[in-house]
Amino acid sequence: MTNISIKSASEPEQTDWKRYFSFSTDHKVIGVQYLVTAFIFFLFGGLFAMIIRAELLTPQLDVVNRSLYNGLFTMHGTIMIFLWIFPANVGLANYLVPLMIGARETAFPVLNAIAFWLIPVVGILLLFSFFLPSGTAQAGWWSYPPVSIQNPSGHLINGEFIWLLAVTISGVSSIMGGVNLVTTIVRMRAPGMTFFRMPVYVWTTLSAQLLQLFCLPALTGAAILLLFDLSLGTDFFSPFKQGDPMIYQHLFWFYSHPAVYVMALPAFGVFSEVIPAFARKPLFGYKTVAVSSLLISGISTLVWAHHMFASATPNWMRMLFMATSMLVAVPTGIKVFAWTATVWRGKLHFKTPMLFALGGVAMFLFAGITGVMLAAVPFDIHVNNTHFVVGHFHYVVFNTVSMAIYAGIYYWFPKITGRMYSEGWGKLHFWLTFIGANLNFFPMHPLGLQGMVRRIASYDPQYTGWNIVASLGAFLLGMSTLPFIANMVSSWLRGRKAPNNPWNATGLEWTTSSPPPLENFEEIPTVTLEPYSYGESHRLTTDPSSI
Amino acid sequence: MESPLDSGNSLSKNLNSTPKRDNLAFGFPIFLLSESIIFVSFFVTYALLRWKNSTWFPPGVSGLDIPRAAINTVILVSSSIVLYFAERAIARHKLVKFRRLWLLTAALGVIFLIGQVIEWRNMPFGLDAGLAGATFYLLTGFHGMHVFTGVVLLLYMYGRSLVPGNYNAGHQGVSAVSLFWHFVDVIWIILFMLLYIW
Ligand code: HEM
Ligand SMILES: [Cu+2]
Repeated sequence: MTNISIKSASEPEQTDWKRYFSFSTDHKVIGVQYLVTAFIFFLFGGLFAMIIRAELLTPQLDVVNRSLYNGLFTMHGTIMIFLWIFPANVGLANYLVPLMIGARETAFPVLNAIAFWLIPVVGILLLFSFFLPSGTAQAGWWSYPPVSIQNPSGHLINGEFIWLLAVTISGVSSIMGGVNLVTTIVRMRAPGMTFFRMPVYVWTTLSAQLLQLFCLPALTGAAILLLFDLSLGTDFFSPFKQGDPMIYQHLFWFYSHPAVYVMALPAFGVFSEVIPAFARKPLFGYKTVAVSSLLISGISTLVWAHHMFASATPNWMRMLFMATSMLVAVPTGIKVFAWTATVWRGKLHFKTPMLFALGGVAMFLFAGITGVMLAAVPFDIHVNNTHFVVGHFHYVVFNTVSMAIYAGIYYWFPKITGRMYSEGWGKLHFWLTFIGANLNFFPMHPLGLQGMVRRIASYDPQYTGWNIVASLGAFLLGMSTLPFIANMVSSWLRGRKAPNNPWNATGLEWTTSSPPPLENFEEIPTVTLEPYSYGESHRLTTDPSSI
Repeated sequence: MESPLDSGNSLSKNLNSTPKRDNLAFGFPIFLLSESIIFVSFFVTYALLRWKNSTWFPPGVSGLDIPRAAINTVILVSSSIVLYFAERAIARHKLVKFRRLWLLTAALGVIFLIGQVIEWRNMPFGLDAGLAGATFYLLTGFHGMHVFTGVVLLLYMYGRSLVPGNYNAGHQGVSAVSLFWHFVDVIWIILFMLLYIW
C-alpha cells in the first residue's frame, strides 16, 4: 500500500463544509468535529452555570426550585467535564498529534470516528434527561451513594440511570480515543522523530491518554456496580445493608483525581507550544518538561484519597495521601518554572494565544497554591465541601484548562482553517474572560473560608456580598463567548488568508499547507533536530508580529 | 542554515508504510490492559466486601458448588491450550489443522457457557440474596459475557479462514482473538479462586 494520493487544498473534498457533518475518518475532520461539538456543549454547561449563579445572586430561593437546582449543578459539572474539557482536548489532540509527529493519519481511523460520534449521543442523553418524569440526576457529578441510589420516583428509567448510561458511553468513547492516540504516538512517528524530538504537546497527550486507559475503567466498574444497586436492588454500596459506600468513593476517585490531569496535561502541552513561539526562545529544560508529564501521570494515580479526608478515612491513610499529594507539586512545579524561565528576558509578543497562555499559567499558579493547601489534611477538613473547593477547582478547570484550550484554538486556527483570526476580537475575548473568570471564581475562596457550603440554592445573608461579585463575574464570562463566536465564524468565512507558518513557529505541523491536505504531507519528513529551536537560525527568529 | 526538517529522504517510506495490522498488535493489548482494570475494580470490591462481612452466604448455604466449577475451569483452561496449538498450526501454515483446533476452542467455550447456565439454574440463591448473590451473578455474568464475545470472535475468524489465501501469512486478527481468549481464561482463574476457593 504505497500509492498515497494527496489532494491539494483547493479540491472540493477539502473545502466542502459538508464533510464536517459526515462520518469522516480524517483525523483533522474528526478533530474539528470534536472541538465544535464540545464548544456547543460548553455553551449548555455555561448556560446552566448562569442559572446557578442567578439563583445565588440573592440569599433566597427565587429562580429555580431546589430539585431543579440540584439537577442544574449536576448537569453543569457533568457536561463541563465529560462534554467540554475531555472532548475539546481530544479534538485538539486528534487534529495536532498526527501533524506533529509526521504521520498521514491516526492508527485506527474508523475507531476514532466511532469514538467521536458517541459524544453527541452522550450529550443528547444527558440533555434529554431533563424531560424525564423523574427529572434529571441530582446527586452531583460525583454521584455518591447512598444519595444516588435512592430513586424516589420509582421509575426504572430515571435521571440517575441515564446519567450512569451516559458516563459509561463517554468512558467507552474515551478508551477508544485513548487506544488510538497512544498507538498513533508510539507507532506512527516519522523517521527521525524520536521520543525526545516530540513536541511537549505530544508528550502531554501521551501521558494524559495513558491515564485514561489505566484509570478510567475503574469509573466504569463503579458505574456498573452503582447501576446494579440503583436498578436491580443489589446493595454493593448500601450502608444500610452489607454494602459499603466508601468503596464507591475509592473507585470513583481512583479515576477522578487523575482525570484532573487528563484535563490539565494537554493544557500544559499547549502552554509549552505557545509560550516559546511568542517568546522566540527554546522551551527551557525541554527534556525535563517532557518527562515530568509522565511523572505527573504516575504520581497522580497514587493520591486519590485526598478527596476523602472527611469521609471517615483512617488517619494513617490520610497522612499517606497527604504526602503523595504534595509530591505532585514537584513535577508540576518543574513545568511552571520552565515556562517562567522561557519568558524570562525573552522578547514577548502578546498575540491572543500568548495572552491566554500567560493568563492560564498565572491562574494555574494560584490554583496550585490552593491545591497544596487543600492537600493538607487539617485545612481540608476545615473547608471541605465549601465554596473554597469549588473556587480551587474552577481555577484549574476554567482559568487554566479552558484558557489553554482557547489559547490552542487561536494558535492553530490559521492552520486549521487557512485563515487568520481577528486580533482585536481575540484580545477583547481574552480580557473579558480573564476579568470575568477572576471576578467569578476568586470570591469563592473567601466564601468558603467563611463557611459557605456548596450545592445549596439559598444561603445565609452574611454571604451576599461576595456572591454578587461572583455572579456578576459569571455573567461577564458568559458574555465573553460572544466575541469568540463572532471571531471564529467571521474569520473562518472571510478572514485574511493565512500563510503556512504565520508565527514562524517550529514543529512539523507548520511545514504543511494551511489547511493541510488530506494526507497531511506531500512527502513524509525526516526529523533531525530537537523541537523548539527558536533563536538557533536566522529565519526562525523572525518577529511573529511582522506579518 | 540548518533546517529542522529535511524532507525527501528515502527513509521516509519506513514508518508510515508499516502495515495496519502491526498497529493492531500494539493497540489491542493495551485495550485489554485497560479492560482488565474493570475486572480488577470488581475483584477489589469483592475482596473488600467479603473481608468486612463475617456472614456472607444466605442462611442454609455454606458455599458454592466447587466440583462443578472446577470441571468448568478445566474446560476453559484446556481450551486455551488447544488455542495455543491452533496458533502454532497457523504459524506453520497448516490451515486445516488450524481450523480444527480453532473450532475445538470455540466448542469448549460453548461447553463452558452451557456449564454456567446449568450452574445459574441450580443456584440455591438469587441476585437479591445479599452480597453473595449480587457479587456471584455480577462477576460470573460479566465474565460469561466475555466468553460469549470470545466465541463470536472465534467463529468470525473461523469464517474468514475459509476465504482462500486469507491467512497465508498469519493474521493479526487471529493473534488478537487468541490474546483475548487467553485473557478471558486468566480472568476466570482469578475469579474461580476468589469466588469458589476463598
Ligand atoms: C463558565 C463558567 C463557569 C461558571 C460560572 C461555573 C459555576 C459553577 C457553580 C456556581 C457551581 C456550583 C457550586 C456548588 O454549589 O457546589 C459549579 C460547579 C461545578 N463546576 Fe462550574 N462553572 C463554570 C465553568 C466550569 C468548567 C469549565 C468546568 C469544567 C470541568 C466546571 C466544572 C464544575 C464542576 C465539576 C462542578 C461541581 C458540580 C457538582 O457539584 O456536582 N465548571 N460551577
Ligand atoms: Cu484530587
